Amino acid sequence: MENDLSPQDKKDLDKFIKFFALKTVQVIVQARLGEKICTRSSSSPTGSDWFNLAIKDIPEVTHEAKKALAGQLPGIGRSMCVEISLKTSEDIKVSYTVYNRLSLLLKSLLAITRVTPAYKLSRKQGHDYVILYRIYFGEVQLAGLGEGFQTVRVGLVGTPTGTITLSCAYRTNLAFMSARQIERTMPIMGIIIDHFNVGHMHPCNYRAAGEEEGVPYPVLEDSQEVCTTSFSTSPPSQMVIPGKEGGVPQGPLQPCHGALAEHGRLPSCPPADATHRLSATPSGGSEDTETLSQSSEAKSSSPSEALETTFSRKVGAFVNKPSTQVTTTSLDLPFAAFATRNFDLEENDPMVRPPDSPTPDSPLHGSLNSEDSIDSGGQHQDDFVMVDFKPAFSKDDLLPMDLGTFYREFQNPPQLSSLSIDVSAQSMAEDLDSLPEKLAIYERNIDEFDAFVDTLQ
Amino acid sequence: MNCRSEVLEVSVEGRQVDEAILALLHTILLHRSTGKFHYKKEGTYSIGTVGTQDIDCDFIDFTFVRVSSEELDRAIRKAVGEFKEALSNSGSDGMGQISLEFYQKKKSRWPFSDECIPWEVWSIKVNVVNLANEQERQICREKVGEKLGEKVINIVEVINRHEYLPKMPTQSEVDNVFDTSLKDVQPYLYKITYQITDSLGTSVSTTVRRLIKDTLAL
Repeated sequence: MENDLSPQDKKDLDKFIKFFALKTVQVIVQARLGEKICTRSSSSPTGSDWFNLAIKDIPEVTHEAKKALAGQLPGIGRSMCVEISLKTSEDIKVSYTVYNRLSLLLKSLLAITRVTPAYKLSRKQGHDYVILYRIYFGEVQLAGLGEGFQTVRVGLVGTPTGTITLSCAYRTNLAFMSARQIERTMPIMGIIIDHFNVGHMHPCNYRAAGEEEGVPYPVLEDSQEVCTTSFSTSPPSQMVIPGKEGGVPQGPLQPCHGALAEHGRLPSCPPADATHRLSATPSGGSEDTETLSQSSEAKSSSPSEALETTFSRKVGAFVNKPSTQVTTTSLDLPFAAFATRNFDLEENDPMVRPPDSPTPDSPLHGSLNSEDSIDSGGQHQDDFVMVDFKPAFSKDDLLPMDLGTFYREFQNPPQLSSLSIDVSAQSMAEDLDSLPEKLAIYERNIDEFDAFVDTLQ
Repeated sequence: MNCRSEVLEVSVEGRQVDEAILALLHTILLHRSTGKFHYKKEGTYSIGTVGTQDIDCDFIDFTFVRVSSEELDRAIRKAVGEFKEALSNSGSDGMGQISLEFYQKKKSRWPFSDECIPWEVWSIKVNVVNLANEQERQICREKVGEKLGEKVINIVEVINRHEYLPKMPTQSEVDNVFDTSLKDVQPYLYKITYQITDSLGTSVSTTVRRLIKDTLAL
């Protein structure tokens, strides 16, 4: 190679190479257009017929070639390449195939989502619990599914940029039936979508908070908060409405508490759900009232069946003297039902001696009370009514001595002596009198007390 | 082409036969139906939408999803009804098999009639049990529900493994691949056949008759 090219020669050479490159590209591309090329010979050359060849310049191709050259020339170590590739119509069909496969995957998902255990639970949601969902990206969290969870692979779809895998991991251990636990077990079913198809991924604005669907839960929540101090202490019902599991108290209701009357906006639920509510909630009072008021709206058994219970209100645990039919008129105070009462003042206490009006009105009331068979102790249980009773946090009555039996046996303990006013009034006076004596004793033994405290440290 | 054949077995009580088979057949058809094709010029086509419906079973603790098409549902129910009748007429044994076969038609020249080439066959073996009391029936409700759930998972896994589906046809070929007679959905061409196992264990089958018919047709 000549090293001592004159500048003019160098310039010419570069020009030749540049146009040679452009024409080369034209020839190659035109040869692959799929048409036969024909150009004319001309005896008088025009300016653009480089290398004495009639090669047409397709403007697009020239543009591309110039772009690729970008002002440079092919040189040593810098070859210019023209790549010819085949693009099949299969490539276009890929998007149809992927689309159809994704459609199939969605159909499979439709079928699978009705099969996992969570589906049945979600169909029955209402008052005891609701099913929540949460969407998140990133690592799949399987810890909440408990032991022995199963995984189903719904399907795979290959795409040009990655594989979409859809699988479902579901809890199989549903033995717990406590409402509290169900609240906490948020996604029972996890759907995991791992895909590497960045183009289809939405920006990661995942919602971390659980969202509620279905029944408006806050109503339930509020009433639970309000009534956590009260327990359902009524004995279990012996009556079962045919066709339903457990007895569902239906029929004429007395909305009892003034406070609870606020909770009038109740989500509706079929009668079967009422039983679930009874069983799963720890709080008795308002829950059952709500349940029952709904039951009366829902389909009820035919009136000919003597199974309607008139149910009044629940009383707090260990509250003595459960009273029965109480209308709103007799109650002045909210939560008055939960206040402790005592025997001595019962004549004056309107809650203990309810007005007679509601009781005799119910034609079925008498017949129900006659069926009152489970009574612990022969206390004043005449007006006590039966409801189906499934204590909270307990499983089915499989054991002879279980929570339900315990409740029944010990539901009416005797009044604590310190709670009865007279006695306490007396003892109060006594206490006050004896205080100085006691103080004197303690002062004398002060060393003993100090020693004791020292041992604690 | 290879024809894949899948067998599903269920043991059900008499009342549950219809619903169990419907659940499985509809689950399969859900995956093997598309919307109606509307061909436009230039060989392109648009596809209609398939709606779905949740169906609760009355005698089984189970819910399945089927395409929203009354016509299709009627056709399937009719076939299942025939199967159930044959099953109850057959005798005390209560065993039978109902098959859903997807096929493609291949046009043959005269005098040969069109060939039906199956590309996927699903067989559901049914065993009918008799239960003594209500408690057993209640347990059966739940157990069969669980079993059907497992079968649905099987079906989904098999379908998502399969590679073969007939190619999307051109307008002139569409009736060789799809059943275009319904007005709202378009399943692949299918046929339902059944055979009842009599007490001797031999199958008095419609399949035999069909074989003979096919042979004669060729």
